[in-house]
Amino acid sequence: MKALCWQGVNELSVEQVPDPAILNAQDAIVKVTASTTCGSDLHLLGGYIPAMRAGDVIGHEFIGEIVDVGPEVSRHRPGDRVVVCSIIGCGRCWACRHDEWSLCENSNPSPGITDLMWGGTTAGIYGYSHAMGGFRGSHAEYIRVPFVDYNAFTIPEGVSDLDALFASDAAPTGWMGAELGGVKPGDVVAVWGCGGVGQMAARAAMLLGAERVIAIDRYPERLAMTARHVGCEVIDYTSTDVTAELRERTGGRGPDVCVEAVGMEADSTGIQRVYDGIKQQLRLEQDRPIAVREAIHACRTGGSVFVLGVFSGFVDKFPLGALMNKGLTLRGAQQHGQRYIPKLLDRIAKGDLKTSYLATHVMTLDEGPKGYEMFKHKKDGCVRAVFRPWA
Amino acid sequence: MKRLVAGAAALAAAGLGMARWAASRGRVPGAAKDPLESSRWLGITINRPPDEVAPGGHLPEPLGRMDAEVRMNRAPGDRGTELYARPRAQRPGTLARLRGGEDPRTEIRTALRETKSLLETGDVLRSDEEMETTRPTLPGKVLDMALGRAAEGGRL
Repeated sequence: MKALCWQGVNELSVEQVPDPAILNAQDAIVKVTASTTCGSDLHLLGGYIPAMRAGDVIGHEFIGEIVDVGPEVSRHRPGDRVVVCSIIGCGRCWACRHDEWSLCENSNPSPGITDLMWGGTTAGIYGYSHAMGGFRGSHAEYIRVPFVDYNAFTIPEGVSDLDALFASDAAPTGWMGAELGGVKPGDVVAVWGCGGVGQMAARAAMLLGAERVIAIDRYPERLAMTARHVGCEVIDYTSTDVTAELRERTGGRGPDVCVEAVGMEADSTGIQRVYDGIKQQLRLEQDRPIAVREAIHACRTGGSVFVLGVFSGFVDKFPLGALMNKGLTLRGAQQHGQRYIPKLLDRIAKGDLKTSYLATHVMTLDEGPKGYEMFKHKKDGCVRAVFRPWA
Repeated sequence: MKRLVAGAAALAAAGLGMARWAASRGRVPGAAKDPLESSRWLGITINRPPDEVAPGGHLPEPLGRMDAEVRMNRAPGDRGTELYARPRAQRPGTLARLRGGEDPRTEIRTALRETKSLLETGDVLRSDEEMETTRPTLPGKVLDMALGRAAEGGRL
């Protein structure tokens, strides 16, 4: 079959690879009908996440049709049109039973790596390096889905492919940031990053009752898209002092909840970007935590900061003093998607949540390398490139 | 950029030198080596009650066939069962391990993880790495060495 493969830093190609097979009795094979780029793929592409091998198939946010199931699959059958969570959960360990699916204790066949890196085992993720289990990614014609009864969700009638697609990752990730960040009616919420996840976090905050939501980015087209489709306020950080702007908009308090949806390759204006860039290149820090620092400083005393952006290791100049003395709550996680996907599909079906507008560029799988080039450099206003392997 | 790298390397080397000197003068304690490293129990928590982990006192298969001491107790709260194991055999020395001698603790780590997965899910998940799509590269060789130990390594 055809698949989009990582070949080295900033190098992708479309290759013929063997078809996937059912390896465990609870597996299914899914024919991928749409698969989208995600900002976290850029960390793999840029070589910031080690443990990639030349030839690895990337991609983790997808929908498709089940074409084959193992003998112990009971909830799905061939022909089901499904959205698959990007995080693999077994559904029966303590973490999965408590809806902390990205902490699944049985879905990563290489647990020793994350165990040593982070002091704990985390779930497997499709197309996200051998540290996360070495599972093939979704930018392919077919994909193997382990523990399919727990990880695939039937798409309701009337929900389009492009709406359902983002229920795989961007929408539940954003929802989790707002919900676990503790957003409640009357809150002021600030979201750093107007990519797909940031926009979904902003929309989730509004649906959870936030009185004001303010999204922050630098790209005019993304700010305009957020204002238009999410309906929240926006700030262009290249034209103002974000912390001062947030104070002025919140009676001097700062936001109640700050959601960081940027990750390890954060940009900024000024010397901070240069400093972190040099330290990252010298491997004196793995990640650039620029937006996290700003969120902690901007947050109101006693407020909450949620880290949705992907980080891999150590950072420098972390404002622990501000965190401690301001009495902040800091949380983070890869998405616990299985907890949110069913209700998000319901909201999408009812029209409460719109997602398909994120798909700014729909392409064939053969155009994968071009899609990532556009996505990485935000060319032509690209927010998400979506690949349709069978188009 | 080269000058920057050289500067950083020189700074790191000077720092290491200072640290070694200070340690030799007894001013900085060295990192403590775990005196019980080779005899500590390796433990895992299984989301099942004790009578399902070892029904009738029979150990689950991956552990049952190993030459290991095993103990278990109910985990606090709703967490199920804490299952512990450690090898009866002595851990081979560093030289013996370099000559290919297996460390029995690594086998026990794997057995504990497989036991947990079998009891909780009925299966042990296999990786897609069995369906190879990759090609050999030098960085890939380094990764292969790490992955070769990934199922049996870690903090467990």
